[in-house]
Amino acid sequence: MTEQEALFTYLLRLGDDLLILSHRLGEWCGHGPVLEEDIALANRALDHIGEARNIYDHAVKVEGKGRTEDDLAYLRNERQFVNTLLAERPNGDYAHTIVRSFLFDAYHLPLAEALTKSSDEQIAAIAAKAVKEAQYHLKHSSDWLIRFGDGTEESHRRAQQALDEHWTYTGDLFVQDEVHQAMVKASIAPDLNTIKASFDATVDRVMAEATLKRPADGYMMSGGRQGKHSEHLGFLLAEMQYLQRAYPGAQW
Amino acid sequence: MTDVTNLEERFQAKIDAEQKIEPKDWMPEKYRKTLIRQISQHAHSEIVGMLPEGNWITRAPSLRRKAILLAKVQDEAGHGLYLYSACETLGTTREQTIADLNSGKAKYSSIFNYPTLTWADIGAVGWLVDGAAIMNQVMLCRTSYGPYARAMVRICKEESFHQRQGYEVMSVLAKGTPEQKEMAQDALNRWWWPSLMMFGPSDANSPNSADSMKWKIKRQSNDELRQIFIDRTVQQAEIIGLTIPDPDLKWNEATKHYDWGTIDWTEFNNVVAGNGPCNKERLAARNKAHDDGAWVREAALAHAAKKAKRKAA
Repeated sequence: MTEQEALFTYLLRLGDDLLILSHRLGEWCGHGPVLEEDIALANRALDHIGEARNIYDHAVKVEGKGRTEDDLAYLRNERQFVNTLLAERPNGDYAHTIVRSFLFDAYHLPLAEALTKSSDEQIAAIAAKAVKEAQYHLKHSSDWLIRFGDGTEESHRRAQQALDEHWTYTGDLFVQDEVHQAMVKASIAPDLNTIKASFDATVDRVMAEATLKRPADGYMMSGGRQGKHSEHLGFLLAEMQYLQRAYPGAQW
Repeated sequence: MTDVTNLEERFQAKIDAEQKIEPKDWMPEKYRKTLIRQISQHAHSEIVGMLPEGNWITRAPSLRRKAILLAKVQDEAGHGLYLYSACETLGTTREQTIADLNSGKAKYSSIFNYPTLTWADIGAVGWLVDGAAIMNQVMLCRTSYGPYARAMVRICKEESFHQRQGYEVMSVLAKGTPEQKEMAQDALNRWWWPSLMMFGPSDANSPNSADSMKWKIKRQSNDELRQIFIDRTVQQAEIIGLTIPDPDLKWNEATKHYDWGTIDWTEFNNVVAGNGPCNKERLAARNKAHDDGAWVREAALAHAAKKAKRKAA
């Protein structure tokens, strides 16, 4: 594996997380619990897809095979997507959606901050823009998690349940394989142990305020970075890619 | 009696002098009721209108289209929010207004009871539905009630972007593969007549129009606006090589307008009466969102109350 190949794979990981999560948030559009949240979720979905597009645009240049952002999004199959497992978790109730975003945001913000210092100038520039958005995202999801935890008995129960269910997917965020190690060595990406420390601190702080219990670090699911996904991803892609697959080569 | 007459005369004089009516000004009860009905219907249309378009967010054919559609549907939610706020200035609450939508008591634009079957429908909705809505909305920027007029100024800026993006979707399809062109023409065929119905009954059969014109809530009649829309849209269809599905459509050199066929008012009345293809689904989706979200809203209120109590202690 050359450094260029590793960089391309790393960019796909960054972009796929955002695209898949954006897609999930987009599923809420028009069905949110209150109008302000319909707006907030659409806004988050837009931020994520915007960042994903910037990353894919960089990825196709790194790859140098003349592919486009849409080729990456619409013409790869289930085993070629390398998003983290958490991103593809189904929306569930609003507690599941908020907890999924909270856990991702608690990882994404310190990652974006660290990537502003990447030796890859393009990644650093994309991250600089993303940091501002990620700060707002973490505030939004934390605020809601605190409301749920310290709200009613029902909201507390739902939030705790969502945390317990999603927790097993958080380990996948911090897997450091050969690709990641190559990125750390080239000063392109940070050591994920530092991101994990920041993630832990955020989780502990918000859990305390929300009066929720941080789940124990039991068995962690992994495999997203190797394209080994849950059964949910295939359906997501079937829906997302339908037009590009049904009308090959058409322009939209 | 004399007092009310004087108040009404002063109210009308203000309107005739093109001054805006503001929330704390005296207004006839019927003016207030007409506005609540119209603004809430308008707000509900924005909210229900998110459903047929949201239907394609997960299937948008490119990342650019997906982002544009997300932004557009987000705008509609924002419009709903301004309009519910404008409605509240007339002494009703957002909760009550939404309850009236969910119970089926309040109406919304019937156009959203039609399904978006193919991707081209997203183009047609932007081009035709937003295009028809703009005709009304541009007029409403000068409506006599201040908060409504000001909300409309913001809304119109975004709606004209929506109309252009819809037309752009259609023009790309019309220039695309034969299958894409067929998809675009099919969408135009299905959305054309319902779009014309959006302007409401013809002037002769429009029961609320006379007062609305006198009070300058409306400034142009349903038929006038419909004709402007037709004249403009026929030319846009020609430019991209699509055919308006009306065999009677032809340019009239004497009137300088297009003559056109007849609206099927039986269909219109049926859809208004609840028998459109998606009436039940739309209302069910709104009710489900409201019911499923109840615990979320309750949690937010409970947390806010706890916080306030802790602060006071």
